[in-house]
Amino acid sequence: MRIRSPPLQELDTIAEIPKEEYVLKCTSACAGCSDSLALRYVLKAAGPDTVLVVPACCTSVIQGIWPNTAFNVPVYNIAFGAAAACASGMSNAFRAAGKKTNVIVYAGDGGTLDIGIQAMSGAFERGTDFLYICYDNEAYGNTGMQRSGATPLGARTTTTPAGKTDAKKDIDAIIAAHDPPYQATAAAAYPQDLFKKVQKALTFRGPTFIHVLAPCPPGWRYSTEKTVEMGKLAVKSGMWVLYEREYGRLTIGAQSKAAMKKPIPLEDYLAPQGRFKGIDAKTVDIIKQRIARNLARLAAEEAAP
Amino acid sequence: MKKIATGNKAVAEAVKQVRPDVIAAYPITPQTEIVEQIAEFVSGGELKSRYIPVESEHSAMAACIGASITGARTFTATSSHGLLYMHEMTNWAAGARLPVVMANVNRSLGPGWNIWAEHTDALQERDTGWLQVYVSTVQEAYDATLMAFRIAEHNDVLLPVMINLDGFLLSHIMQPLDTIDPGDFIPPMSLPHAIDTKNPAGYGGLTGPDQQFRVRWDIERSMRDAVKVIEKTQEEFAKRFGRKYGFTEDYLCGDAEVIIVAMGTLGKEAEVAVDMLRQEGVKAGSMRLRWLRPFPKLNLKGKQVVVIDRDYSFGRGGILATEITAQTKEQVASIIAGIGGQEVTYEDIADFVRHRCMGTEFWFGVDKYV
Repeated sequence: MRIRSPPLQELDTIAEIPKEEYVLKCTSACAGCSDSLALRYVLKAAGPDTVLVVPACCTSVIQGIWPNTAFNVPVYNIAFGAAAACASGMSNAFRAAGKKTNVIVYAGDGGTLDIGIQAMSGAFERGTDFLYICYDNEAYGNTGMQRSGATPLGARTTTTPAGKTDAKKDIDAIIAAHDPPYQATAAAAYPQDLFKKVQKALTFRGPTFIHVLAPCPPGWRYSTEKTVEMGKLAVKSGMWVLYEREYGRLTIGAQSKAAMKKPIPLEDYLAPQGRFKGIDAKTVDIIKQRIARNLARLAAEEAAP
Repeated sequence: MKKIATGNKAVAEAVKQVRPDVIAAYPITPQTEIVEQIAEFVSGGELKSRYIPVESEHSAMAACIGASITGARTFTATSSHGLLYMHEMTNWAAGARLPVVMANVNRSLGPGWNIWAEHTDALQERDTGWLQVYVSTVQEAYDATLMAFRIAEHNDVLLPVMINLDGFLLSHIMQPLDTIDPGDFIPPMSLPHAIDTKNPAGYGGLTGPDQQFRVRWDIERSMRDAVKVIEKTQEEFAKRFGRKYGFTEDYLCGDAEVIIVAMGTLGKEAEVAVDMLRQEGVKAGSMRLRWLRPFPKLNLKGKQVVVIDRDYSFGRGGILATEITAQTKEQVASIIAGIGGQEVTYEDIADFVRHRCMGTEFWFGVDKYV
């Protein structure tokens, strides 16, 4: 199944990540933006023979103002619900022309879980040779933080001023139902892990998916220097789980294994974030139960023969 | 090669000869035969295109856009609600200056579910930046599809082209078809702004109030330039293959006192009505409008004009009649007929002329002749 099998770079330290930059200076990202942080490592892993397909999302803004661009790979901007379909046409055209160019969708959670889900499901079902990356800041960030299907229970957004009453949609389970050769979760706070997963995903022929947690300082209402810390707290509390699923076989990441054994209190993750301010104990309890159920489900899947 | 084919088959035959790199399509009545035929060509190895069986029309156009921007030749086909569903992306294709070619089998819009001929679907795409041609015979459906690729991909145009054929009245009607080898009539596609990873660029990013109007003006400039490209393409087609097409197809217009203007099969039917009227001593002519965009300069000076619209803009009027009154000072009688496949015979068309009341609108089947 693999068409390209470069030796995966074994990365023990961040210093081994390539020095080439594809996210150049002068992006218009907010301070502490983990969308651009994650993208930096995604493109370092993918290299120059890559095209980004970007639907309406923060990345459409942070690339700069036409005719300039802050990204050093071609970026094709497309309408909100159309990224995966556009990439599907692009990938087919490249392959028809005998080109191995990486086609990577880089989409937010709204463009993935909500308006783009039909096109994405279709592209996965059709076995499109592409990598779909959803960077998830758990709301419509570009338009000023309205709730999305990815907003967690209890989080305040501009359209859930009293806190969201519905739980976060499990897009990873939906992707898993399409049985892609490779899917993974990652976090901008763990760049080496993200880098390796992108490199690995690009070795498969067919549709691959990486779901990246991308904490957002203005949206989540924490101070900008805490972006990496926030991602780590999400993993350490079990709110976000790092794993890979290769040909259906689940492997939970070491960081999440540690969190499963000895998680930090969920309150340590919630407290620094303004969006959870005033959350009631009952909602916190429901989130805790959901985390426990999710971790148990993943542990059971990993342990299954 | 001479054969008998439906309008849909004729489109598929033309597509086979032009060999698009990528075809993405979603089935809808009455377009289905086009995609089925193409799928068969691809699966039988007769056509070496990538065929993407997308999950919606929105995705069909998005996939054509994604493929086209790499420099690939692309084709899709749709109808009615399918066209409406891809509306966001039809705008994108034109705005991104991508020469996507699409066949649209004209069909009414719901509710209720009506699968019969009407032009309102395509006319709702009038302002998207697509070139639009309306055909009236199986042969014309084939020839127009061939020419569409050459026109769309011409570097003075680089805009998408929509070929419109009436649902069932043409899509499913068998007529003689003469297929040709287009040879170098359609040169290989060469997209000047194709994606090149060795020369990375951003496409369609943030564009401010100081730039956007330039981008939009550029579409209009190319639309105007397209007039010459269409003329030249049709001239060369006639020279090479012997079949002549214009912006309009005029029948006995020269000495006519009253001219029927219509699109698609109604426009062809009007020629029979003209013959009947001439026998009665009425100096009638027919001007079948082929290209709606770019809209041609119509020579209607000194004529009474009977416009038949198989479409409507609520609160305004027949769309073609509105277009024509905007261009000419001549008196127009506006006829709304054929909506949702309503039967309109050449006898009826002759009646529209016989009972014409200039400066009014007449809904066939609703209004009474005075």
